[in-house]
Amino acid sequence: MADEQRPPDSESQPPKAPEDTAKPVSPKPAVPKAAPPPKPPAIMAAVLWESELARDVKEQFGDRLLAASTYLGQNFLLVKPEAAVPVVEYLKVEADFDYLVDITAVDWPKRAERFDLVYIVYSFARNERVRVKTSIADGFRPATTTGVHLTANWLEREVFDMFGIEFAGHPDLRRILLPEDWQGYPLRKDYPILQQDQRWVQENLGIESGQ
Amino acid sequence: MPDATFLDSTELVLNMGPQHPSTHGVLRVILKLDGERVLGTDCVIGYLHRGVEKIAENRTYAQFNPYVDRMDYVAAVSNGLGYCLAVEKLLNTEAPARAQVVRVILTELNRIASHLLWLGTHALDIGAITPVFYCFREREEALHIFEQYCGARLTTHAFRIGGLQYETYDGFERDVQAFCDMFLAKVDEYEELLTNNRIWVGRLQNVGVLSADECKEYGVTGPVLRAAGVKWDLRKAQPYSGYEKYQFDIPTRQNGDTYDRYIVRMQEMRQSVRILRQAVGNLHEGPIMAKVPKVMKPPVGEAYVSIEAPKGELGYYIVSDGSVQPYRVRVRPPSFVNLQALDRMVRGALIADVVAVIGTLDIVLGEVDR
Repeated sequence: MADEQRPPDSESQPPKAPEDTAKPVSPKPAVPKAAPPPKPPAIMAAVLWESELARDVKEQFGDRLLAASTYLGQNFLLVKPEAAVPVVEYLKVEADFDYLVDITAVDWPKRAERFDLVYIVYSFARNERVRVKTSIADGFRPATTTGVHLTANWLEREVFDMFGIEFAGHPDLRRILLPEDWQGYPLRKDYPILQQDQRWVQENLGIESGQ
Repeated sequence: MPDATFLDSTELVLNMGPQHPSTHGVLRVILKLDGERVLGTDCVIGYLHRGVEKIAENRTYAQFNPYVDRMDYVAAVSNGLGYCLAVEKLLNTEAPARAQVVRVILTELNRIASHLLWLGTHALDIGAITPVFYCFREREEALHIFEQYCGARLTTHAFRIGGLQYETYDGFERDVQAFCDMFLAKVDEYEELLTNNRIWVGRLQNVGVLSADECKEYGVTGPVLRAAGVKWDLRKAQPYSGYEKYQFDIPTRQNGDTYDRYIVRMQEMRQSVRILRQAVGNLHEGPIMAKVPKVMKPPVGEAYVSIEAPKGELGYYIVSDGSVQPYRVRVRPPSFVNLQALDRMVRGALIADVVAVIGTLDIVLGEVDR
């Protein structure tokens, strides 16, 4: 893609960057064995993202910016939870990232900070896309982005609907895809694929088995 | 919603949908009205929610491929292309040249098919009965090419991760060429019926205006954004699948109203024909499948890949934990995000304009709800 310069050594495994420690670790750490095929790294092989923008954000946010990394030519900023919205706002106001593409979350139930919250922003002027990522614990209420981008309204509602992450200050935080009185948050990893809100199904659809 | 009503009359809350012919599926819009004026709306969606993202976490990468066709079911080929590109990105591989050209041909045919469905139903909503028959007639030709290529008309599952499963059938190029030769005259035909039609212009002009700034605020993409004057198309901005090799224009208009969106989509169909002709001429012999393992285990990591679907930016954010199943697949649906702007577009307008605006947003509820 036009805005992405693939690092020349993306084929080989780049050296572990310091921010790797903050990355989710897969359940089984790679066991050092004399097996001939080299195992892929158990953590994302992201490398340091060096650019003017990353330096500017670092200067502005100091240690609230945990890492600026790039993987497969795609750049992302790892920030502390309280800095996520300010960073998105900074990118919009100072760096022309005026289009909030998406907000989503990833559930890592074994981690203390259970959820990754991901903001994808794009700049029409620079033709560049950046992800802003933060890790939050279950029950933490991240601030809403609706004050920065209007489109965050429905996107945050969907994250709330699917993960149960409540956004503080959201003007209209209701479920959006599921019925309002549905119990449970389906995209959490501890929600099995066949699970339904049986009571809701019985009461509203009249299906006795609940399935 | 504003507390005071126009003319101090009584407010009326009207329920439109979910079973309403002009909501293009199961969309329910709760309208707050003062007479015929809309004071505010509330969209109720989710009737078609099937938990596509949850299903993805319980399938292998290849198994999930057919499911994406069921989101925007009138542009299944585009959905498949976006998904395949995203997984290929994670695998750090690319489809061979011939596969990329075939992908472009099918995707552009699908764009035309999707726009034709939009045009027919949109015109039907406005009250023009004839165009829908014309549009379906030509759409049939495009679907026929899909059917001959992969056996399915709608949910095609045309592409595989790494390229294509099927080589093109004998006469594929001839059929696409024939479609191109036939189609431009047909677009003229639709335009003859509509473009200068007084009723059509009267119902569409200055209806549902969304400025460029508002589009960016709401994250609205696709023809809606281009009709507001933003010359932005992912096929040009961040080319994928070899789109940088084709010459085509990005049609734009300035007013951002329903009429301009109509013009933009009509011109897009003409541009798609341009791309199709170049692509058919560019189709050389070669392999159609890259070297991808039978059991796909992308390295731990994540990628966001988006394409210009007929409705706007369709993105896939995939997180891999190194296993055979994706850890998380997030679909960034253009219809869902565009629908959010409905409220801004119809406030202060008439009920009849709501019908026009829903039509012009070109939403597919299968994609809104996923």
